[in-house]
Amino acid sequence: MYEFFRDLDRRWIFLMMFLCVAVPIIIIGATGKTFPEEPTQLVRAVFDEIENLPSGSKVLLSYDYDPASEGELAPMATMFAYHCAAKGHKMYFMALWPVGPQMVDDTIENIIKKDFKDLKYGEDYVNLGYKSGYEGVIKVIITDFTELYSTDTRGTPWSAIPMCHDVNSVQDMDLIVNVSAGYAGTKEWVQYAVTPYPKLRMVAGCTGVQAPLLYPYIPQQLHGLLGAIKGAAEYEALVIEAYGDKMARKDAGDNPLTDDNGDYLIPGKYTEGIRRMGPQLVAHLLMILLIIVGNVIYFVERRREGRR
Amino acid sequence: MKRTIPLLITAIGGFVLIIAFFSSYTQSWGEVAAIWFDILAAIAFILGGGNLMKIHLKKISDRKAGWAYSGVTLIAFLTTLIIGLGKIGVNPSEQFPDYAWSGSYREVGGPFWWLYEFAFKPLTATMFAMLAFYVASAAFRAFRAKNIEAILLLGTAFIILLGRTYAGVWVTGWLPEWLEGLKLENLTVTIMKVFNTAGNRAIMIGIALGIVSTSLKVLLGVDRSYLGGGEE
Repeated sequence: MYEFFRDLDRRWIFLMMFLCVAVPIIIIGATGKTFPEEPTQLVRAVFDEIENLPSGSKVLLSYDYDPASEGELAPMATMFAYHCAAKGHKMYFMALWPVGPQMVDDTIENIIKKDFKDLKYGEDYVNLGYKSGYEGVIKVIITDFTELYSTDTRGTPWSAIPMCHDVNSVQDMDLIVNVSAGYAGTKEWVQYAVTPYPKLRMVAGCTGVQAPLLYPYIPQQLHGLLGAIKGAAEYEALVIEAYGDKMARKDAGDNPLTDDNGDYLIPGKYTEGIRRMGPQLVAHLLMILLIIVGNVIYFVERRREGRR
Repeated sequence: MKRTIPLLITAIGGFVLIIAFFSSYTQSWGEVAAIWFDILAAIAFILGGGNLMKIHLKKISDRKAGWAYSGVTLIAFLTTLIIGLGKIGVNPSEQFPDYAWSGSYREVGGPFWWLYEFAFKPLTATMFAMLAFYVASAAFRAFRAKNIEAILLLGTAFIILLGRTYAGVWVTGWLPEWLEGLKLENLTVTIMKVFNTAGNRAIMIGIALGIVSTSLKVLLGVDRSYLGGGEE
């Protein structure tokens, strides 16, 4: 047994990791059972920033990520859009990453067009799309949107978009919501938008590797942060708690459906983060186990070498 | 001359941005410089594409090791470029039905959408997902408690790994209220908010000071390495 672990082929580790991720996905998919989430203060801060804005506030949503990190960031992007739409905020979508517009499109198609059919494009939400220049884009639109965004992604002139009539720059926004997978992202928004214009308020969601780098900006420049899938899961729990009745599947009479425990039956697209915490738990336990086994082997080998 | 003009452009651009940041009277100068930067960034895509073509064509022509991969790269690049730029298979938009190119290149069901949805998206997601396998393998082979620093790192890693899942609640959920701070999920927050923030702030300030000195060298023309080799 000892020799097996000492000479363990890494393909066994790959297989174990595959099973640790796949089995919980299948079990959660089949049973619908998930772990409960207790939101942390940072996640509550994100929720409160959006929740406490009066209905009709202007929210800039910058989706700065791509399909590589979609698994980690799409759940929070979905929830940001849902929360803003449910609160009746005006949503201005944009992207600093070339494939960001596709991320925005997915959110608009899956959330706004399906569950908020009364919202009108150009009046309640707009997709401004991508512009090249990374932080250079922020530096320009912080004082004048139209210098770069003369039209939206559909080619509609800025002046012909009703919800843009009273917007000149990012400074006119009541809140910036950023979903970030790296450069350019939350750090650049903090440095080039919130720091020079401290009246701006901003919350963000980011990948796990980015989160430690963003903590120094909390709470002065960054008012809330969702870190990775755990942050998304906690945020989902908060939004479901507040809007579960609206979000739940409906019966023929448009009444929210509940399960045997009286909990609302929430569509899967709104519990992606919560459901992914299952595979994350088992994968983390495997990592801990591997580190322990690796260290046991290391110390046994060291002792044997010492005896020689 | 070949080096003097780029040096002047760098110096003027840099100083304009610095002055614009500190003085409201010159704010519009900074905005003009930023717009120029954005235009140049867009043009850089063309240069990048050209460079990609040059490098991979040379690799194919020299029959260097792995030249077939260069062929795949070029085919993928050109296919995406032509389909995207030409808006091939895209219907005109409802707003401007008379203009063939008025539709969105991302139109659902179009060839570009197909490439994105069924090639780009799964490929990039797969590359990122594979990290989990490599990290697990690396953790088994390299994460050793060799000294005090490594033990501290290991301990922190265990707390974060458990604290970021429901396992944290399982393991320490029984602790009484007066030991609330020792619960793994709370320890995770403390580590992130106190130790991580303190360390990161120190690093960030150090980096910022380094950037200031390096930038000044570049703006004053002391450091010209970014211009590359070549004659005056």
